Parts: sequence; C-alpha cells; structure tokens
Amino acid sequence: MKNPLLASAAKVFHFYYDGFRNMSLWGKKLWIIILIKLFLIFIILKVFFFPDLLKRGYDTDEQRSEYVLDQLTKSSETND
Amino acid sequence: MIENADIVLTDWSRAQFALTAMYHWIFVPLTLGLSFIIAIMETIFVRTGNGEWKRMTKFWMTLFGINFAIGVATGIILEFEFGTNWSNYSWFVGDIFGAPLAIEGILAFFLESTFIAVMFFGWNKVSRKFHLASSWLVALGANLSALWILVANAWMQNPVGMAFNPDTARNEMTNFWAVLFNPVAVDKFLHTISSGFLLASLFVLGISSWFLLKKREEWLAKRSMLIAGIFGLFSSLLVIFTGDTSARTLAEVQPVKFAAFEAHYNGKRNAGLVALGFLKNSEKESGAPEEKDFAFRIEIPGLLSLMTGGSREAFVPGINDLVYGLPDSSILAVAEKMKRGKVAMNLLNQYKEAKRQNDLVKAETIRNTFQEKNFVNDYFRYFGYAFLDKPEDVVPNVPVAFYTFHLMVMLGFLFILIICIALYLLWKGTITKNRWFLRAALFSIPLAYIASESGWVLAEMGRQPWIIQDLMPVSAAVSQISPGAVMTTFILFAVLFTALLIAEISIMIRQIKTGPKSQEAQL
Repeated sequence: MKNPLLASAAKVFHFYYDGFRNMSLWGKKLWIIILIKLFLIFIILKVFFFPDLLKRGYDTDEQRSEYVLDQLTKSSETND
Repeated sequence: MIENADIVLTDWSRAQFALTAMYHWIFVPLTLGLSFIIAIMETIFVRTGNGEWKRMTKFWMTLFGINFAIGVATGIILEFEFGTNWSNYSWFVGDIFGAPLAIEGILAFFLESTFIAVMFFGWNKVSRKFHLASSWLVALGANLSALWILVANAWMQNPVGMAFNPDTARNEMTNFWAVLFNPVAVDKFLHTISSGFLLASLFVLGISSWFLLKKREEWLAKRSMLIAGIFGLFSSLLVIFTGDTSARTLAEVQPVKFAAFEAHYNGKRNAGLVALGFLKNSEKESGAPEEKDFAFRIEIPGLLSLMTGGSREAFVPGINDLVYGLPDSSILAVAEKMKRGKVAMNLLNQYKEAKRQNDLVKAETIRNTFQEKNFVNDYFRYFGYAFLDKPEDVVPNVPVAFYTFHLMVMLGFLFILIICIALYLLWKGTITKNRWFLRAALFSIPLAYIASESGWVLAEMGRQPWIIQDLMPVSAAVSQISPGAVMTTFILFAVLFTALLIAEISIMIRQIKTGPKSQEAQL
C-alpha cells in the first residue's frame, strides 16, 4: 500500500480484527454481554424510558428557560 | 407546601438514582486501583524480563477486563436520569455540570478505549515498552475520568466559579479553575481514588490468599500480595490524610453534614470525636426534630475541635446551633436564610413578570442585581432555602450519616491492620501457615465494597435536603413526571444491574478458579 495513511489505517484495522478473532471463548461471551447491555441502555432505556424532557417538550432554549423559571418560582409561591 | 405526590415522586427519583449510582460504583473503584497494580506488575516484568511477572500481569489483567467490560457504560444511565427525572436541576446547573462530564466522556473514549485495546490485544504485537506505556495510560485515563465526574459532584456539594443568569435560569461558569480546584473537588478526588486503590489492594490480597488456601500458585500469590500490600499501605496513608482534609473542608462548607456524621447536636469547645457509638431517641423536648442521644459511646476528648479548628479550644457548632443560629459565632439561623432566599426568589419572580410585560428597563435592572457581589453573597447564596417549609428541613438523616461514617472509618482501620499483617507475615515468610489470616484477607473483599459504598451514602445522604448545597433542594430539582414511570424504571434497573453483577461475579469466579495458567488466551 503506497499511501502511508491508508497503510496505517489498515494496520490498525488488522490489529483490532486479529484481536477480536483470536479472542478466547469467555472473552467472546463477555463481548456478547457488553453488546446486550449497550443495546438495553442506548436503545431500550434511552429511547423508551429516558427522554430528555426539556428537549422533547420545548423547541427553543428560551421556552425551556421560561418553563424552568416557572417551576422554580411556582415552588416558592406555594411555600409562602 | 410540598404535596404527598411530590414526596413520593422525589423519593422514588432519589431511590432510582441511588440504586444506579451504587451499582455503578461497584465496578468503578476496582478499575481505578487494579489498573495501577497491573501497571506496576508489568513494569517489573519489563525491567526483569521474568516471564512469571508477565503471567501474573496477564492474570490480573483478565480480572480487570471482566470488571471493566461489565461496568462500562453503567454510569451513562445516571446522565439519562438527569435529563428525565431531574430536568429542572439539569437546566439550572447549565454548562457547569455539562463541561466536566463532556471532558470525561472524550477522555474516557479516546484514552481508555484506545489503550485498553493495546493492553489486551497488543501482547507480542507491539513492543514491550509501548505495551507498558499503554497499561500506565489506561490507569491514568481511568483515574482522570474519575476526576471530572468528581469535579461535577463536588460542585453540587460546594457551588463555586459561577454566576446565575435569570434570563436563562441557568448558572454559567465564570471561573473554570475555581470549579476544577474547588477544595471539595480536590479532597473528594484524592480520597475517592485512594480508597479505590485500597479496595483494589484488598481484592488482590484476598484472591491471592484464596490461592494460598488452595495451595496453588504460591510464587504468584505471594508476589501479588507483596505488590498489593505495599501499594495498599501507601494508599491507606493517603486515604487517612485525605479523609482528614475532607472533614476539615466539610466543617467549613457543609457544617450540618459534618455535625450529622458525628451526631453532634450542641456546639462546644473541646469537642470530642466519637470513635464508636450507638444512638437512641432523645428524651429532650426542644432542639432539632428526632434528636438523638448516645446509648453508648467511646469518645476521644478534644479531637473534633483539634481536627476542625486546630486547637482543643476551637468551637465546633452542633446541629441545633446551625439550625437555630448562634450570633456569637456568626452562625446565621436557617429561618433568616429562608427569608433571604425568599428575597432572591421574589426578585426572580419580578424579573419573570417584567419580561412578560416587556418592561425591559426593570428586567435589565434586576438582571444586573443578580450579578452584584453583595446580592449574591447576602441573598442569592441562600436561594434554595426559599423552598424549605421549616428550618429543621436542613437536617439530614442523622443515624444514616453517623453509622455510615463510623462504619467506613472503622473498616478503613481494619484494612490497614490487614495490610500490615500481610506485609509482616510475608516478611517473616509464614503467611502460608497462618490460614486464619488468609481467610480474613479473603473476607475483607466484600468489606472493602461495603466501606466504599458507605462513603458515598454518607456523602450523598449527608447533604440532604440539597441537590446543590444551599441553592436547590431535591424537591425543587425533580421533574414533574409520573411516580409510576419512575417505579417501573427503578425495577428495570434493579433487574438489569443485578443480572450484570451476577454475570460479573460468576465469570470472575470461573476465571479465578481456572487460575493464571490459562492466561495465554486473550480477551
């Protein structure tokens, strides 16, 4: 490979590829656990259970500020 | 007035966060300490060329890998919870919380993911020195990641280096260095990582003891114990030193928490430190609610005064002084702080109204007031008190703070004893004959986790009711979502994390039983 950048990229790729290929059986099991965990965290939990409420509910930062300001001052009004 | 539904929501949101954080913390301290122990072992291998040290390094690296793999990304759930369950808080803290967490994310990703790959895949593929450098960089990277998380946490315990912008309803960072070198952050970082080092040392001591009990791998086990013993001894000295400095800082910035973990209700000079004690309900009718007395205690006279004020004559305020005030010691009563907090809150209300009525002049004047030093020091710093119902609300759960603190300290001294005995027996060459000690060292592994978790329970329960000290109580920070949704995710997390923990323990036990002989296989 003449391009040194491509040659380095290929080297890095082979480093990871060989590493994963030659992994022991329990190492592979560990990776399956990691992938299932990441799927549960980033796909199931994040998408279905943990939306960013302010991002989802309001379009602009100004609206979000207003909402939080209302929330903060509402608590104090009921506390007087 | 806080409604019952809000209390249920707040409690479930807190319980969920606590569950997630405590499970996450099961994986972290071992990573922090074991990474350094591995790097030390590998350094000896590179210097001596003795293959037994390589075998040893690879064995502990396998256990490190299991712990790292199972624990990785469990902390990200905490960030999800900020956005969903604590949206008011997330917005209010602004970039102060976001910046350290972003730095942590970038560091963790680039440093750890790159060099961990070299650590596990790089044997015989890169030079010994490059591999060794990677192992050290993984250790440094893991601990640097912890730094940024702890900087964010320390800001919640002692908010500094920011200004509140009423226009955005956010705190904005004005001094990055003040946030980074916040005295709570420095103490917390050093105390947390050193306690992680100590836990990892006990882990290595305990597993090595198991090998000696089983009469296996004697050479490897003894040398592992020596490395862990020396590393653990230095770590424990750092734990004691940073524990002491942490307590001094707490006495200044979170005096109620400090008084709570000593169950110190009434201030005095020549105040003693309770070495051991049991609490009972007080028969007094005045004072803080649910005041506790000691059913039994062993006290070291004058030590609390000496620790906090540098002299036995130093006055250490108690919970009652901090709640009801003590003009002689310039301690403001909480009732007064509530009044001042309400002044700041009312001004914020006026700002909101001025903006709605498009009264730009008034809005501008109020915005400038929020930037004035005197207003910040005299009023805005007590902003969170405006949310409280009564002065006694600032008192955390004293028995929880007291027992977790004393459990942590007592276990800490027990660990030092175990490490000293291990080093002595290794020096005398009689460690294999003292099977009682080997069993004790093995049993110290779960105790190390209990001590570590106790430290966090103390830090977080002890600062209640605040999510941000003096600025925001947890009740104001919580999102208005259905408590049922929080309960559902609480159960989901309990199931997920328990499954992960069972997976970690079973895989780890299997690898320990297999032993270092099969360590030619790689992750």
